[in-house]
Amino acid sequence: MTFLEFIFYVLATIASISALMMISVKNPVKAALWLVLSFIATAGVWLTAQAEFLGLVLILVYVGALMVLFLFVVMMLDINVSQIKEKFASYLPIGILTSIAVFIILYMVVGPGHFGLEKYLPPEPFSAGYSNTEALAIPLYTEHAYAFILAAVLLLVGIVAAITLTLRRQSTTMVLYQDIDKQVKTNAKDRFKMVKMDAVVEHDIPKVEEDK
Amino acid sequence: MIAFVKHQIKTFGLIELFQGLVLTGKYFFKKKITVRYPEEKTPLSPRFRGHHALRRYDNGEERCIACKLCEAVCPANAITIESEEREDGSRRTTQYDIDMFKCIYCGFCEEACPVDAVVETRVFEYEFHERGPSIITKERLLEFGDQHEAQIAADRAVDAKYR
Amino acid sequence: MFDLLQSWLSSFLYDWLAILITLVIQAVAVVLPLMLAVAYLTLAERKVIGFMQVRMGPNRVGYLGMLQPIADALKLMLKEIVLPSQANLYLFIIAPVLAIAPAIAAWAVIPFNEDGMVVSNINAGVLYVLAISSIGVYGIIISGWASNSKYAFLGAMRASAQKISYEIAMGFALVTVLMVAGSMNLTEIVEGQRGGLVNWYWIPLLPMFFVYFISGLAETNRAPFDVAEGESEIVAGFHVEYSGMAFAVFFLAEYAMMILISFMTAIMFLGGWLSPFEGIPVLETAFAWVNGFVWLALKVAFLLFLFLWFRATFPRYRYDQIMRLGWKVLIPLTIVWVFVVMLMKYTNFGPWFN
Repeated sequence: MTFLEFIFYVLATIASISALMMISVKNPVKAALWLVLSFIATAGVWLTAQAEFLGLVLILVYVGALMVLFLFVVMMLDINVSQIKEKFASYLPIGILTSIAVFIILYMVVGPGHFGLEKYLPPEPFSAGYSNTEALAIPLYTEHAYAFILAAVLLLVGIVAAITLTLRRQSTTMVLYQDIDKQVKTNAKDRFKMVKMDAVVEHDIPKVEEDK
Repeated sequence: MIAFVKHQIKTFGLIELFQGLVLTGKYFFKKKITVRYPEEKTPLSPRFRGHHALRRYDNGEERCIACKLCEAVCPANAITIESEEREDGSRRTTQYDIDMFKCIYCGFCEEACPVDAVVETRVFEYEFHERGPSIITKERLLEFGDQHEAQIAADRAVDAKYR
Repeated sequence: MFDLLQSWLSSFLYDWLAILITLVIQAVAVVLPLMLAVAYLTLAERKVIGFMQVRMGPNRVGYLGMLQPIADALKLMLKEIVLPSQANLYLFIIAPVLAIAPAIAAWAVIPFNEDGMVVSNINAGVLYVLAISSIGVYGIIISGWASNSKYAFLGAMRASAQKISYEIAMGFALVTVLMVAGSMNLTEIVEGQRGGLVNWYWIPLLPMFFVYFISGLAETNRAPFDVAEGESEIVAGFHVEYSGMAFAVFFLAEYAMMILISFMTAIMFLGGWLSPFEGIPVLETAFAWVNGFVWLALKVAFLLFLFLWFRATFPRYRYDQIMRLGWKVLIPLTIVWVFVVMLMKYTNFGPWFN
């Protein structure tokens, strides 16, 4: 076993165990954190397969942004865990059966029968100058340009929809909003006037009589 | 329109931010006002209110006549006085204690005293590590006054015309 | 240098053991000076801010306060780590580790000079730094949640929202650099800036330089974006419940990230280890003996000084204004500049595109 294989097995074990923990742990925040660990381990596995770009983007997008938002929401919500976990035991046999079935199907499709080492030799390791990013980018922007643009437009539509759904402005008579643009644009000159005046003593104030 | 352009230039040119940076940048090179305490000390006023002392007349007679005005005026009830007639018939204190933990250094005792007996000196560097010694007895106050008489007298002389 | 060490070690050891030992030595060679730099950065911060407030700053421990960080470290190590009741202990203890691990791991790809003084010169260096530093937010979120304290939780919420928002602006600013350099390898990015002061990327990417640095301030939770700590509002934010060495680890992580952001800015916009006198007849030869690392260190020191200068100058942003600045000002600005850079590249503009 080479050093690289050793690292691969360590990462794969971490990924599978943390995935198991993710579905079995009670606390939703902890579940999300186990998922994060699973993502990181998976990214590591991709790195060992010389897919640096994909591995790093997995961390950047899923771990760095998506799961943070997930945690954000899960932490804020007061989820009743016991209610969700109530029927866990009764559904467990069905779940196990389903997962075994899925595993068998996957094994039949992508197992060694179709993708084994006898059918495909292990790929040549890339030379030092090989850029994973470039290899991914060139087909993406040439062959699949239309699909790529379509996906981008779809995402844009998603963003617009999300914003319009959440942007609920009530009438200003009911709720006071701060218009930061306006706040930023104010000048001291518009708000108050500095007046210069001499020190004036007002003489018509009656003097206080002292105690006799 | 011009106001809009002006605003944009001001915002994206970060002009106000740079003004702020220039200001703090100037202060970076100014002479520092820090006083490195044990080596350097700030000047003290002759009216400084520090450790208490009891004074004597030039002939060695203690000034305090046990009038208890200081005890009465003390807002923190830090002063305790007991008095008795001495052999020569004069009224003198047998006990004059100042609890330094209670004292708030307001200087009222000094102002109330008709004979300038109890005074507050410039000495402020003293410390207590337990409760007992924090109550300063008459003997220690007199002794303290004897030690610092020159400084006390000089301070009173400077301040005399305002009193 | 490390290749030689590895081959010498593998001559009498197992291969994997040789690799492991070399890796550990490399890590220590980066982490030790980094921790020392962090320690003295804390001293520099107190000194600089003190000077700007016409004070002297710490000047008691050692000559001019030079031993102050060591005294601080000693104090923090001797203090008790208080574990709050009802806190989630595992997460409470793992949070500082999660904060500092990315801040140190990101240093693996930072090149220090032209002779290949870098732990691992990988092709996707920029992406690696971005990905690893994006994990750093977990330390803050977990510490805030595990502390079982409302202040800590508020700090964690603020920090996570802020970090995600500014990461996008930061990423887009980096995209423009990648477009100009045509590479994600940090060494190649620096080499692309060869040819003196005007060839550095800060001129064609001036707005991006500012955007990156501002986002860097926000990413490291430094003033004026330090709402996650917000002493006057939420005590100390996410690390209220931490004491002793656990708190110190958060502190180390913040300052290590500051140094990392400064290194990245210097490498990508200020020509990294390249001499500023390149191409100037007399000065170039006069300063030819200076090692590239010295130039890089000087640039980084200047950027770190800016961090401290900003903290001494600017008042803290209001939270909604931070969000507005990130989403409505910086991100549109970066997107516009991506197109500007695209036009520049198309027209082979200036000395930067050839």
